[in-house]
Amino acid sequence: MTAQSVISASNLSLTFETADGPVHALKDINLEINKGEFVSFIGPSGCGKTTFLRVAADLEHPTAGQITVNGMSPEEARKRRAYGYVFQAAGLYPWRTIGKNIRLPLEIMGISKSDQVERVKRVLKLVDLQDFEKKFPWQLSGGMQQRASIARALAFDADILLMDEPFGALDEIVRDHLNEQLLDLWKETQKTICFVTHSIPEAVYLSTKIVVMSPRPGRVSDVIDSTLPRERPLDIRESPEFIAIAHRVREGLRAGHSYD
Amino acid sequence: MRKALIPVLTVVAALVVIWYVAAVALNSAWAYNKAGRANIELTFSDLVKDTLSQEKPRLPAPHQVGIEIWKTTVEKKITSKRSLVYHGWITLSSTLLGFAIGTSMGILLAVGIVHNRAMDMSVMPWAIASQTIPILAIAPMIIVVLNSIGIQGLLPKAIISAYLSFFPVVVGMVKGLRSPDRMELDLLKTYNATRSETFWKLRLPSSMPYLFASLKIGIAASLVGAIVGELPTGAVQGLGARLLAGSYYGQTIQIWSALLSAAVLAALLVAIINLLQQVTLKRMGMA
Repeated sequence: MTAQSVISASNLSLTFETADGPVHALKDINLEINKGEFVSFIGPSGCGKTTFLRVAADLEHPTAGQITVNGMSPEEARKRRAYGYVFQAAGLYPWRTIGKNIRLPLEIMGISKSDQVERVKRVLKLVDLQDFEKKFPWQLSGGMQQRASIARALAFDADILLMDEPFGALDEIVRDHLNEQLLDLWKETQKTICFVTHSIPEAVYLSTKIVVMSPRPGRVSDVIDSTLPRERPLDIRESPEFIAIAHRVREGLRAGHSYD
Repeated sequence: MRKALIPVLTVVAALVVIWYVAAVALNSAWAYNKAGRANIELTFSDLVKDTLSQEKPRLPAPHQVGIEIWKTTVEKKITSKRSLVYHGWITLSSTLLGFAIGTSMGILLAVGIVHNRAMDMSVMPWAIASQTIPILAIAPMIIVVLNSIGIQGLLPKAIISAYLSFFPVVVGMVKGLRSPDRMELDLLKTYNATRSETFWKLRLPSSMPYLFASLKIGIAASLVGAIVGELPTGAVQGLGARLLAGSYYGQTIQIWSALLSAAVLAALLVAIINLLQQVTLKRMGMA
């Protein structure tokens, strides 16, 4: 393997102390994510997939083990703006237009005005929202808002994109469309993407690597390297190869549950 | 706007009718008393006529108050000591100064409370305690203390206004500045934003709807403070002075006209804040 490691976790654990006793959100996670990969995290709720993403983003702190992001600690990586984070909700500021929302990180990072204008134009084009720069969030549909929030995460050119169930609240038709767009975007930008989901077809369709997790304690129960080609039309989902991978994911999830 | 007009006018009309009925009922005792001493039998129409035109009625009729307001606003020179406009301006100026002081204090305290744990623990109980002291009790103290160090006139009254108006602003702004949720704060953390960037770009804009709700309560409280502050100053000038002077001499019509003017003033002030709110929130794309 000559691929460059971007996120590397070894024996990573995180225990939340609660009134009902300790909760093992993550237990001995070992994982390598290489540059340019599209990695999906799938598992039932409480399996720690979101927590893992938050640890990588320095929004939670591990209680044991090691994790590095771009070879640094997550805190250093965050301070160097190594990643863009897309949350479950779009979280656009209602008092800013779409364009101004995308500028938010650019303003904070001290990027020049002219550069800001150019970047906003470019990322809006990437998510196909060119005509909506001057619109306020409430004038957009839920799917468009989520695209705008992806544009916001792309605007400052971080190499890593961390996405926490970004399409979870959207209906299936919109979701299919956004999945297709996301793959295009990934191909164009060659970013490393970590994507949390609880949809098996979504995980299989998007990923080069699928991390199947199981709850209590949150562990990795299977890591599947996808054999699907990088070029993926939507109807690849009916191919035997796709179904075979989906089957293996389902098996992994089931194994995790029987443990409970 | 037009849709609101009919219900509002209906309510006003109903109030006026109730007011008239009450005026007749409350003032009838004096009318019967007078008639009894003059040995006259009062017919109902005489009774109504008398109760609505007494010089010192228990409850003046609406038109009496209206005429008094007309006389003391339009027909008097503004500089006259009997002009309600003059007295109204005195009260308004200390209301506005007090409101400005109170609002600034309130916002500053709220910013402190949200950003500093020690202030969070210590300031709020005091702010709440401050509002449990009856303003009527503390107002004369403030006037006397400030007078003894040579501060007179507008400022002591404004301080009483500020005392009443800072509280709703503190409470509203603390809630407003804390209204961004975990996700919104996490987002800024991923950008490695500083506390001041978080404040200016997220907390402050999020707090605007809360601020305006507080300002509306604050300005009305400010007016009350200004009027209360005018009572212990010896009733020289201001709407409060008119109220007090009226009650010294049993001039109920004067009291009621001052009361009504104060109410109209308060309504106008709240309406101005409301307008400001609509314009601001509209420009922010939030309304």
